[in-house]
Amino acid sequence: MSAVLEINPTQEVAGAPAIAASLKEASVKFGAFTAIDRLSIDIEEGAFYTILGPSGCGKSTMLRLVSDLIPAASGEVSIFGKPTEEARIAREFAFVFQDAALLPWRTALQNVELPLEIGRKRGIKLPVSDKTPTELLELVGLKGRENALPSELSGGMRQRVAIARALVCQPKLLLMDEPFGALDEMTRDHLNLQLLKIWKETGVTVLFVTHSIPEAVFLGQKVMMLQAHPGRLREIVDIDLPEDRTIELRDTQEFTKYSAYLRKILETC
Amino acid sequence: MALASTNSAEQVDIDIEARRVERRKKMYAAALPIGTAIALIVIWQLGVRLFDVPTYIAPAPSDVAYTFVDKFPILMVNFWPTFYESILGFLFGNFFAIVIAIAFVHSKNVEKAFFPIAVFINTIPILAIAPILVLIFGPGLTAKVVIAALICFFPTLVNMVRGLQAVSPQSLELARILSASKSEIFWKIRLPSSLPFLFSALRIAATTCVIGAIVGEWVGADLGLGALIIDSTFNFNSPLLYATVFMSSGLSVCLFAAVAIAERLIIRW
Repeated sequence: MSAVLEINPTQEVAGAPAIAASLKEASVKFGAFTAIDRLSIDIEEGAFYTILGPSGCGKSTMLRLVSDLIPAASGEVSIFGKPTEEARIAREFAFVFQDAALLPWRTALQNVELPLEIGRKRGIKLPVSDKTPTELLELVGLKGRENALPSELSGGMRQRVAIARALVCQPKLLLMDEPFGALDEMTRDHLNLQLLKIWKETGVTVLFVTHSIPEAVFLGQKVMMLQAHPGRLREIVDIDLPEDRTIELRDTQEFTKYSAYLRKILETC
Repeated sequence: MALASTNSAEQVDIDIEARRVERRKKMYAAALPIGTAIALIVIWQLGVRLFDVPTYIAPAPSDVAYTFVDKFPILMVNFWPTFYESILGFLFGNFFAIVIAIAFVHSKNVEKAFFPIAVFINTIPILAIAPILVLIFGPGLTAKVVIAALICFFPTLVNMVRGLQAVSPQSLELARILSASKSEIFWKIRLPSSLPFLFSALRIAATTCVIGAIVGEWVGADLGLGALIIDSTFNFNSPLLYATVFMSSGLSVCLFAAVAIAERLIIRW
């Protein structure tokens, strides 16, 4: 019994942060094609990781692997020390898709409430955010649009609903697969700021896939650079920028230095 | 301030003008087909009178209108049986189609086993199968309901199967992330997303169920619009025949309108 407790990362010694997600030599294969090749990384609890890489490097595949949408061909993936399936059933993580994936017949509020309805009749006890769905919509800046149908909302607003929906079960880990990729730059900037605010308020761990270098630098505490053919970890870059990030930060020399550095590695990936 | 108020006053004027143009467009859109129909009836009336066409070959619209009012009680006595047969056929045919579609979607084997049979039944002309059904079920209500149900069945089956399969892959991934059970996926995702497909089938069924009931009555019935059509044809009572046909199409239109209204109330996305 004590041995089990010892290997449980959430029971770690004070000081070192717990591990939110851990990949050990994890590979993903689609038939003969290797999408991810022996990837190992530990994501500390509360961190904000952005994932960058050329197309085909397995950025999205990695999120899908962590979220138990696809199985690992070999290696181990765990979330807070549990197998991914167990973590999925316990709703320890939430996923935000590239397109919002809202149900078109449900209003914004009903879409946010969906995760609370699933499993309730089966008597499964789910973690619930201390904020109500209405408050969550307010948090993402959609106060007053609770009863709007997705078809009545803009792309940016739909993505906000998706974020509110992801937060409704108080996830400890938030997986985001290019959530703002299809939005215009103004909307994207705005949502980036809002996401950072939510990250600070909730303390959630974030894994954020993007193909935009500025977005990766602006959001991330750490940028995970993957390389393609096969998908492998190239480098983890610590972004040592002030905690309170504003849009103006992008014009600073520090910021440009990081962008230039990342662009250079990306070219050789 | 003064400027703002003039602006808003102008805006109101523009809005009113825009609404007026919109209304005129709508009225024109409605007036055109109605006007055309009236013109055709007038031409028909003049043609019959000018060329002295005998009433039993083609009655004038005025004769038909007179008969419609004069024989209204008889028409109504014959209307109700056809109405009940159509409605019951509509309900049973669509109910079985929906249930079987659900079975098909849940089990590929059931689909493989029964779909060819469903196609085969659909290829038998309804006029050919009607006498068989009357022989089996007798001259009462049942045979007509079965025929009406049969004619509704196939389009609804095909549409419903397509509708239940037309779920976006991302919705299913979301369901997996939320660890939704098969029945939750069905009730919360598959069924609602199939509704637009179902309603386009129900629109077809609303008119074909009346055809089924009338064909059933041709084969053997004492009462009903189908029986009245046969009766007035054999008696060369053309005005009554036309009035009955008018009544039958009125029934179809009413059922179609009922489905259309239900669709508008239910599908608001």
